Amino acid sequence: MQKVITLSMGNGGLENRELLKKFVFRHLGNSFLKDAEDGTVLGEIENLVFTTDSFTINPIFFKGGDIGKLSVAGACNDLAMMGSEPKFLSLSFIIEEGFSLRDFERILRSMKKELSVNGAVVVTGDTKVVPKGACDKIYINVSAIGNRLANFSQKNIKEGDKVLLSGDIARHGATIFASREGIELENEIESDCRSLWPIVKALIDEKIFVKALRDATRGGVAAVLNEWAKDENLCFEIEEAKVNISLEVKGICEILGFEPFVLANEGTFVCVVDRKDEKRTLEILKSFNENASIIGEVTKEYMGRVILKTEWKTRRFLDMPSGEILPRIC
Amino acid sequence: MELKDLYEKFRDPKTIKALAKEIEKEASKLNRDINIMEVCGGHTHTIMKYGLLQLLPKNINFIHGPGCPVCIMPKERIDHAYILSLKENVILCTLGDMIKVPGSYGSLQNARSRGADVRFVYSPLDVLKIAKENPNKKVIFFAIGFETTTPMTAALLQNVINLNLKNVLFHINHVTVPEVMRELIDSRDEHIDSYNNQIDAFLGPSHVSVIAGSKIYEEFPQKYSRPVVVAGFEPVDVMEGVLMIVRQFLKEEIKVEIQYKRSVTRDGNKRAWEMIERYFKKRDLFKWRGLGNIPKSAWQLKDEFERFDTEKIYELPKEEIEDHKLCICGDILRGMAKPTECQVFGSACTPSKPLGSCMVSSEGACAAYYKYGNLI
Amino acid sequence: MCLSIPSKVVSIDKDKCTAVVDTLGVKREVGIDFIADEVKVGDFVLIHIGYAMNIIDEEYAKESIELYKEIIEKMEREERLSGGGSENGT
Repeated sequence: MQKVITLSMGNGGLENRELLKKFVFRHLGNSFLKDAEDGTVLGEIENLVFTTDSFTINPIFFKGGDIGKLSVAGACNDLAMMGSEPKFLSLSFIIEEGFSLRDFERILRSMKKELSVNGAVVVTGDTKVVPKGACDKIYINVSAIGNRLANFSQKNIKEGDKVLLSGDIARHGATIFASREGIELENEIESDCRSLWPIVKALIDEKIFVKALRDATRGGVAAVLNEWAKDENLCFEIEEAKVNISLEVKGICEILGFEPFVLANEGTFVCVVDRKDEKRTLEILKSFNENASIIGEVTKEYMGRVILKTEWKTRRFLDMPSGEILPRIC
Repeated sequence: MELKDLYEKFRDPKTIKALAKEIEKEASKLNRDINIMEVCGGHTHTIMKYGLLQLLPKNINFIHGPGCPVCIMPKERIDHAYILSLKENVILCTLGDMIKVPGSYGSLQNARSRGADVRFVYSPLDVLKIAKENPNKKVIFFAIGFETTTPMTAALLQNVINLNLKNVLFHINHVTVPEVMRELIDSRDEHIDSYNNQIDAFLGPSHVSVIAGSKIYEEFPQKYSRPVVVAGFEPVDVMEGVLMIVRQFLKEEIKVEIQYKRSVTRDGNKRAWEMIERYFKKRDLFKWRGLGNIPKSAWQLKDEFERFDTEKIYELPKEEIEDHKLCICGDILRGMAKPTECQVFGSACTPSKPLGSCMVSSEGACAAYYKYGNLI
Repeated sequence: MCLSIPSKVVSIDKDKCTAVVDTLGVKREVGIDFIADEVKVGDFVLIHIGYAMNIIDEEYAKESIELYKEIIEKMEREERLSGGGSENGT
């Protein structure tokens, strides 16, 4: 077989079947895929939750993960944030002609690993190959179905609830900016890309009174808190010092003039719980990531806004990020 | 001493609190208000981000100065960038925020959606890389910034000449601080403005002073009786700087003082300044958005380097463009109005759809107020 | 207009006129055109858009830090004398 993906591999013919057999099914195969025809019969799912996500990240391999890990974790995390156990995924690839088969295999292996962390399987999919230049190496779409085990929703959030973070923030955004072309930094930073279902399952099993969860992806923690504040007309008061930011991320943000609160995370979530469960929640979160912390609470101080309290008792608003994230020069 | 001390010790909450207490004590002995203009956008950012205004007594006020090179860029020059970026085979490079500023046709971001190759760079050195990788394209560096940044553009030109690169051109928009400070003082004293605002003292920019030295401010105490304290960017630096200004008023001494002693000297960085003077000369006049033409306040390439100057090579429109009727950026830049006093602040003019440049750059007074304000 | 970051010089390349600096664990290469003659490994420098602008004076930095220590001690003394601090310092 060739060393790179060719146009014929996306044509539904012989080369396409070979690609699927030798690569996709080899790593991701299961009984659903084996029996699948044009569609896959799933049978009944009790509390069905459905999500979809597309991944176009550049670079496709980065410290801490790759587009494969990211796509499975990303879609499964969306389900986990809704209190749903990830079960079935669809997987669509759009691949640029000439893409290395070795890289494709690497991505599939990553996906396989991540699927097993979530306990989910790929049950249907599609592969298209486009001419060189028509896409940037590889794009992946994942749609995922889950079984809802707990009723998490931002509508449950009330005044008095406590806000926690499952880990330190901004790792993913900082890693991506740092490794993009044009910024040459040698550093130890790694994306926080990880599957969150195991942590959420632990919260459900321990019967924690969770109000809502959301992973702080595009727009970072600032986006999550502001969306919740605006949608539910509440105020989030956050203590800046309690938000953990690693030294390396601080370094990159200093150099490039970014605010860590607006950078993306791919394995860290904001968690709102009833105040009586704040300590137990922290214990559980910390057992997965020692950088988890209680960062604030829900109040009615300034409806619809997020307030940051500094260590010296001054306050400022944390705003919804907007526009392209550009580094400060001043 | 460790590197992290240079960050942590100058952001230490206890120190900030202690300095706030000292300022309160000393300021209470004054029987007047003091209006301090922080010239530099970086200082505005620190004051807003750390909420320093909430720690200061009522008789100390900040007036936000024009220290934001993106904010003072006249529309017509943003249009130059737009026009240049859409020319065939051009890669337009500039620093950060410049990409978002809207001109008459739109911003460089808009030009990019129309097919222009616009790239933001973290350093002028990146321009060399881009030029080498794209020998068939013209790489134009749209240079902005105060004295801090000017030497780096000069160093880029030096590299371009030494490497004999034929495809790098420049559009120079570097400006200088003392001239605009003088313009604000001079024009102020002739005004009777309705808010009775007056600049009583200056908090001098940190890193402009690293390059140019504190000597550039000496005319302000001498000719205009305004103290200047050059302070660093960290919150402790700003608080100490304010304390030093208050003490000058108490002792009735008016002079240039350096709070930022660890990096600023009277003479500055001679080598950097020589680099500037090797390649640039002062323009007779340069328009600052909201302030009008200020003499000798900006640089251009010397005649012997005109082959690199896009303003000499291309036909670029020269007409001046008026700002939006309701925009009072000019007054805000002069410290005569606060962003919240602008009719369109937060409504028609927001960071995502700015009418004037005070809102576009995160250093602009309006953007800072919009992001951090209301809790002041 | 001057986002500039203190960093520590890790190595110097005189031919390329660059140095590798460390900023809170992040290493990168910067131009040293403006401090080439004086800079040594171990110096603290301010970095602005890819260049080192100056060498930070450690003595003055230490002096400032000492001064702040004294101001804090003075404040804490006064708080004790006036019957305890009004709020917890941390």
